[in-house]
Amino acid sequence: MKLRFIEEKIAKVLMIGSSIAVLAFVLNIIYTIFRRGIPALNWDMISKIPAGGYYNGGGGGILNAIVGSLYIVLGSTILGLLISIPVVFYLNVYLSKSSRLAYVARLAFDILFGIPSIVYGAFAFTIMIFLGMHTSLGGGILVITLLIIPIFIRSMDEVAQQLPKDLLDATYALGATKLETIKVVLRQIAPGIATATLLSVGRAIGDAAGVMFTAGFTDSIPTSLGQPAATLPLSVFFQLSSPNADVQDRAYSAALILIFIVLVISILGRLITSYFSKHKI
Amino acid sequence: METNIYRNPTRSSWAEDYSFLNKDKNKQESLELKESFLKVQGLNLHIHNAHILKNVNLEIPAKKITCIIGPSGCGKSTLLKTFNRLIDDTDGIKYKGSILVDGLDIFDKNTEITGIRKKMGLLSQRPCPLPMSIYDNIAFGCKMHGERNRKKLSQIVEVQLKAVGLWEEVKNRLHAPASKLSIGQQQRLCLARGLAVEPEFILADEATSALDPISSKHIEELFVELKQEYAIILVTHTLRQALRIADHVVFMYLGEVIEAGPADEIFNNPKQELTRKYLEGAFS
Repeated sequence: MKLRFIEEKIAKVLMIGSSIAVLAFVLNIIYTIFRRGIPALNWDMISKIPAGGYYNGGGGGILNAIVGSLYIVLGSTILGLLISIPVVFYLNVYLSKSSRLAYVARLAFDILFGIPSIVYGAFAFTIMIFLGMHTSLGGGILVITLLIIPIFIRSMDEVAQQLPKDLLDATYALGATKLETIKVVLRQIAPGIATATLLSVGRAIGDAAGVMFTAGFTDSIPTSLGQPAATLPLSVFFQLSSPNADVQDRAYSAALILIFIVLVISILGRLITSYFSKHKI
Repeated sequence: METNIYRNPTRSSWAEDYSFLNKDKNKQESLELKESFLKVQGLNLHIHNAHILKNVNLEIPAKKITCIIGPSGCGKSTLLKTFNRLIDDTDGIKYKGSILVDGLDIFDKNTEITGIRKKMGLLSQRPCPLPMSIYDNIAFGCKMHGERNRKKLSQIVEVQLKAVGLWEEVKNRLHAPASKLSIGQQQRLCLARGLAVEPEFILADEATSALDPISSKHIEELFVELKQEYAIILVTHTLRQALRIADHVVFMYLGEVIEAGPADEIFNNPKQELTRKYLEGAFS
């Protein structure tokens, strides 16, 4: 057999091997969570807040963490979109391709992308102290917003940079101002926005370090932005830290709920994406 | 002669009193007066340090098809994009000279650039429908320029789709994505979209080069039809296309206009040696 055909075979085997390895990891994680989480999962887990002594095996559930996480994800996603969409449009429609400002901004967002969330948490914590805020839902939303803005901007920017020049020209040629052109661009990059949102939601709901200092942890459901809020990752962490095996199993069912929420959001996101991709050229 | 009477100040009251009788005639007159006209005077264009257009002087006649021909890289497309100032977005661009559209200098600081662009329908090399439905592609421009009445919008969509011969093909799926049309249909849709904002000129940048022969013939036929109402400026690489449909020809070489004039004259009796050589196929 010729060497190039052997190369082809080896390359193919390597690709299949990598894919299987990744899949095996994912399945293993899911299996572990299911194996330990399912027996501990019951209606109380998702409908009740922790009763006294919950972390030592007492009754109750983690509704506080579910609601807190959803509040934080919802708030930070909306805030993050409101801040990052204008940035993406400014970079791609108003600034020219060779703009220095655009270059520096992209570099900055790349760096921010890589900063660990604990650093964001510490940074936001100093701001909160400066503002006289306590650990609260508002603080949690603030830090998660900071955390996901670079993700939003970089992933939407990737899509926006692929915008066909002809599309911009065609819109300008109709006599559109730049703002009116953005309405067209928005439709073209809508799938990109949906993907960016999915990525951000995944990061936002799974983050533990950022919210530890800022949102705090509590057994009750926050009723205002000024009250502390529990989150699912921290709830998992506290339950896993317990020496009691039953409580540890509950941590797995909390993780299961977390994964389920991410799954639902992903499926919804994909449906929305395919709806918006309908008109993409 | 009759039209002169209306302009005579001594007869103005008479004309006013009976103006209702001559409504159509007045309309006719105003149309003729508004006849679009484009004049390029001493245009020089630099991009960074490259001198792209060199002292271009040109007149584009109304209601005719003007073909700009010349070898690749001679500045044809740049000149076309200068007409509606799409070239503005290019980095390091500088221009001198003037382009008069209906007597207004498009480089003048007080000229509204969107107004200039509205006057110039653009047809690019590859059709580029907006990411919307067929209906919205045409309605978008009209909505942008202030038309809100749904009934009127539907009328405009129908009229313009009929004007480009697309109506029968798409009337049952007006709200389907424009991207689902064939490439030839897309190009006609783009033409209709341009016509919907009531331009005076149609700028076509090698508008048929990406199309199959049948779609391309379709577009050419449309141009011949549309020249009764619009001035059509067509940049083309295909000499045969220019031969078929041009009324007026501009030959450019290395950023200069070498020769411009009626098509018969240029094709049969070119005055410049360079034009003759190009037409003979000595270079391309």
